[in-house]
Amino acid sequence: MSDYNFAYLDEQTKRMIRRAILKGLAIPGYQVPFASREMPMPYGWGTGGVQVSAATLTPDDTLKVIDQGADDTTNAVSIRKFFEKTAGVATTEETAQASVIQTRHRIPEEALREDQILVYQVPIPEPLRFLEPSEVETRKMHSLEEYGLMHVKLYEDISKHGAIATSYAYPVKVEGRYVMDPSPIPKFDNPKMEMAAIQLFGAGREQRIYALPPYCQVVSLDFEDFPFEASKADHPCDMCGAEDSYLDEVIMDDAGNRMFVCSDTDYCASRRAAGHVGAQAAALEETAA
Amino acid sequence: MYVAVKGGERAIDNAHAWLAEERRGDLNVAELSVVQIREQLSLAVNRVMAEGSLYDPDLAALAIKQARGDMIEAIFLIRAYRTTLPRFGASAPVETADMACDRRISATFKDAPGGQVLGPTFDYTHRLLDFALAAEGETPVVERGEARTEATPHITEFLNKEGLIQTEVSSEETPGDLTREPLELPANRPLRLQALTRGDEGFVLSMAYSTQRGYARNHAFVGELRIGKVAVEMEIPELGFAIEIGEIELTECETVNQFQGSKTEPPQFTRGYGLVFGQSERKSISMALVDRALRWQELGEDNLGAPAQDEEFVLYHSDNIQATGFLEHIKLPHYVDFQSELELIRKLRREAMENVAPVQEAAE
Amino acid sequence: MNADVLKGGFANAPVDAAHAFRAAMNVMARPGTIETLEGAVPPAPMSTAAGTLILTLCDPDTPLHLAGDWDCQEVRDWIAFHIGAPIVGASHAMFAVGDWDALAPLNRFAIGTPEYPDRSATLIVEREALATKGATLRGPGIKETAEMALPEAEAFQMNALLFPLGLDFFFTCGDQVSALPRTTKVEAA
Repeated sequence: MSDYNFAYLDEQTKRMIRRAILKGLAIPGYQVPFASREMPMPYGWGTGGVQVSAATLTPDDTLKVIDQGADDTTNAVSIRKFFEKTAGVATTEETAQASVIQTRHRIPEEALREDQILVYQVPIPEPLRFLEPSEVETRKMHSLEEYGLMHVKLYEDISKHGAIATSYAYPVKVEGRYVMDPSPIPKFDNPKMEMAAIQLFGAGREQRIYALPPYCQVVSLDFEDFPFEASKADHPCDMCGAEDSYLDEVIMDDAGNRMFVCSDTDYCASRRAAGHVGAQAAALEETAA
Repeated sequence: MYVAVKGGERAIDNAHAWLAEERRGDLNVAELSVVQIREQLSLAVNRVMAEGSLYDPDLAALAIKQARGDMIEAIFLIRAYRTTLPRFGASAPVETADMACDRRISATFKDAPGGQVLGPTFDYTHRLLDFALAAEGETPVVERGEARTEATPHITEFLNKEGLIQTEVSSEETPGDLTREPLELPANRPLRLQALTRGDEGFVLSMAYSTQRGYARNHAFVGELRIGKVAVEMEIPELGFAIEIGEIELTECETVNQFQGSKTEPPQFTRGYGLVFGQSERKSISMALVDRALRWQELGEDNLGAPAQDEEFVLYHSDNIQATGFLEHIKLPHYVDFQSELELIRKLRREAMENVAPVQEAAE
Repeated sequence: MNADVLKGGFANAPVDAAHAFRAAMNVMARPGTIETLEGAVPPAPMSTAAGTLILTLCDPDTPLHLAGDWDCQEVRDWIAFHIGAPIVGASHAMFAVGDWDALAPLNRFAIGTPEYPDRSATLIVEREALATKGATLRGPGIKETAEMALPEAEAFQMNALLFPLGLDFFFTCGDQVSALPRTTKVEAA
C-alpha cells in the first residue's frame, strides 16, 4: 500500500484528533483546539479536513471528495488520490454510495443519511475573526456568549444595503449557544445543516476542530423583519432541469452568453441518467461529442 | 467551457511531469548533486533546517534541489517529512557556553575573555561580483591556526556579575512544544522563542527592523553573537546518564537593551535572545530584537501599540508555511462562493435601482 | 512484570483503533444507541469495551484516573505497557474508568473552563448491562427522543445544567458501549 501508516497519520496524532472530535460532538459548535500537523499538502488546501478524515476513516469506508460540489475539480482529485494511496479505501462519486464525504464549500444536494459522515474543510473557523482579529478577545466573547458585535455587523449591512450582505460562510447559532462558521458554503446550504449525518469541521492552519451531531439545532442568524433567506440563482439547471439545486453560472462564449448548471455534479449526472433534461442539454451534448 | 473542467486527474499528472522536466533544466548542463548543494549552498541549507525545524543538512539539500531553489517550498518539504518522524525522546538542553566557536563577536566590549573571533563572515567583504568565481577559479589555500580549546564564556555574564543586567530565571519545567500542542494565547517566552526560531526570516527581520525605526524601539546592542558547534546529549533511562548523540551548528545572539527601570525595578540592562540552527546570524539577531520587544509586559513597559509588541500578531503571522498556504489557496476554485456573491450584488443593485427610479419619477 | 500484561493490545493497531473510534464517535453523536467495541483484552475487572476505548483514546498525553476496583496492579501494569497514560487523582484526569459508585462524587472531575469547555473529563462508566429502555433522552444527536438505562437521572440533569461546561460519559459492558454527552437532557423513567 505505502510506507506510511494507515491513513498517513501516526496513531498518537490520530488519538489526539479523535479526542478533539469527541469533545467537539459533546459541545456542538465550539471550536476545540488541536495540534494540527503539517500535511503533505499546503495549508489552505484542506489540511484540517484531511486530518479529520484520516482520523475517521476505516478500511471499510467508501470515500467521496468534492470541491465546489464537484468530484473532478483538481483539489478533490488530489485529496481522493491521497486517501486511495495512504488508506486504501474505496472511493466513489455517488453521494449515496459514500460513507465519508469530505467537502470544500458545498453540502451535497441529496439528503445525507444517519450512516454517513460529512467532513468540511475550513479556512477560518472563527466566525468573529473579521470583526475582532484577536484570538484572546474572540475566545472571551464565546465564553461570555457575547455576540452583539455580530448582530451589529449584520444590522449595519441592512441599514446600508437593505439586506444582509453575507452570501457565503453565513454565521449560524448552534443549539442556542455557540455562534459557528459553517465554512464557506453558500448560504443556500445553511438549512441543510440540520441533518441525519454527523458533521465534522477541520481547520488545519488555525488548529481547530468542531462538530455537529445529527439533528442538531442550527439557526442562521437573522432579524425578525429581515429573515434569513437561502438564495440561489433564479433559474433551473440547463443540463438536468433541476429547480432545487445550487447553480454555477458558466460563461459560454465571447458574447457573454451564460448557462446555469448544478454545482453538485453527481446530483446533476444522476438526474440526467434518470431522464431529466435541461434547456441546453441537447446543445451541450453535441459540443462534447 | 463546462467540459474543460473535467479531466482534473490527467491535468495533475501532466503538470507533475512538466515540473520535473523544468526542475532538471537544460540536459546539456551537468546535474546538481545533493552533496554539492549541502557543501556549496550551506547558508540556504541552514535556513531550510532552521525554518523546517529539522537539523539534517542532507535532507535540507535534497529539499532545495527538489524545490528548484524555492526556499519556502523546501522548508515545506522538510516540515511535512518531519511531522511523520517517530519521537524517541528529548535531548538535554544544549550548553552554548561550551560551544566550539567559529565566530564570536561582541559589539559592547572592545575585547573580552575568549577574544573577538571574526570567523567566516561577509561583514567586511566588498560586495563586488567575483567574475573569477564564474570562471570556476580555485579557492586559495589558507594557512590554518591552532583551534582554541578553552571554553568561551558568555559576555552577558560579565555584566551580570555587577548586577547591571537582569538575571534570567532558570526553570526545570519542560517547555511546551509548538509542534505538538495547539498554540494557546497568551503564550509564554519559550513558546514565543520557538515560534521565532522557525519563523520566516524575512518576517522576523522586518519586525526587528521596525523596532529599530521606532515602533517599540528597545535600543539593542549585540552583546554577543556566536556561531559554532555544540554537543547534543540525551538522557537514556536504561543507562541512567546522558550520552552525546551528535553535534549541531548553532548561531546564538544575546542583545543588551536599555531599560529605564519601573516603579519596582531600578534601571538595568535587559536582554533579547536568539538561537537558530546553522550559521544564521541575520535571523538570530532579528529574533533577539523581536523577543525583546515581546517582553514589554513582563518588564513593566508600556504597550506602544507597535506590531512587534503584539504577541498574537507576531506569532500568528511568522510561520511562512502557514502564510504561504493560506495566501496561495486563493488560487483554488472559489466559484461557488463567487456565484453567491454575484447573486447578492445583482440583487442589491436591482433593489437600489428600483428604489432610485420612483424618486426620479416623482421629481419629474 | 507479569507476562499477561504484554497481551491484550490491538492485533492491528491502526485498523482496530479506527473501527473502535467510529463506534465511540457514533455513540457519542447519538445518545441512546449501543455499538460493539472490541479489540482489546484488558485484565479484570475492566471490560473489553472500556479497555478498547482506553487503547483508542488514551496515551502518555492523557492523565487517567482508575476508580475503585479498577485501580489494581493488573490494570495499572496493563495500562503502563500498552498505553503509558499517567495514573492520576480524579481532579487531574482527562479520562476516568470505574463503576458508578466508585466514580462518585462527580464534582471531583474537571468540567472545563468557560474559555476551554473541552478541558473536561470523560468518564467511562462500567455497567452490569446496557439497555435502550429507561430514562428519556432529548438533545443533539437525537431526532425526537431516545431511551437509555442510566444508573440515575439526577447526576446527568445536574451535569447538563453546567453546559457548555460539564462531563461526558461512556457506558461500557462486555463488548458494548453507549454514551451520554453533556448536551443530553435526561428525564427519569
